[in-house]
Amino acid sequence: MRAEKRWTQEDLALEVGVSRQTINAIEKEKFDPSLPTAFRIARLFDLPIEKVFDYEDE
Amino acid sequence: MNTKNTRKQNQGRLAMWTLSWTASTALVAFGPKFLWNESTGPTLLALLLNVGIGVGMILANRRLFEGLDELERKIHLEALALTMGLTLIVGIAYSLLDSTNIIPWDAEISFLVIFMGLCYLAALVLNQRRYR
Repeated sequence: MRAEKRWTQEDLALEVGVSRQTINAIEKEKFDPSLPTAFRIARLFDLPIEKVFDYEDE
Repeated sequence: MNTKNTRKQNQGRLAMWTLSWTASTALVAFGPKFLWNESTGPTLLALLLNVGIGVGMILANRRLFEGLDELERKIHLEALALTMGLTLIVGIAYSLLDSTNIIPWDAEISFLVIFMGLCYLAALVLNQRRYR
């Protein structure tokens, strides 16, 4: 999704206001973002949050 | 939201407070013998200064934490939790080694301070790798 927009992790991190490491960890599903961060990311892609993130019981 | 520059400023502030605190600790430790001839008044003043700067250092650390993002906070909090738990267990065990005379020297607090620092550093490095 990010690649489609031709954004680097650094670009997205700057827009969302987190570190590049955080974007990388979210993309690799190693870290679940907080709700505000998830909403900010969804808003940047102009998509509803459920189209960007899905929830699975661990 | 904090930028990289703000973070660098916060890190710089914390480094400055930490250096000042270390210098004031040295003043309390060595001042009585080398600077003011074991006089109580200056020692108490130096100690008050040391505690005051210590409070400043804690506030600077809190400010740095507030500037971190959610993953960075998680990494630091996990490292802090591990450091606190290990310091408690190792500290009590070390003290018991002293009180039961298993070790021939006194259990010094400086050992724990060094242990805490190394433990926090190691936990941070491991956690950084985990979320890379």
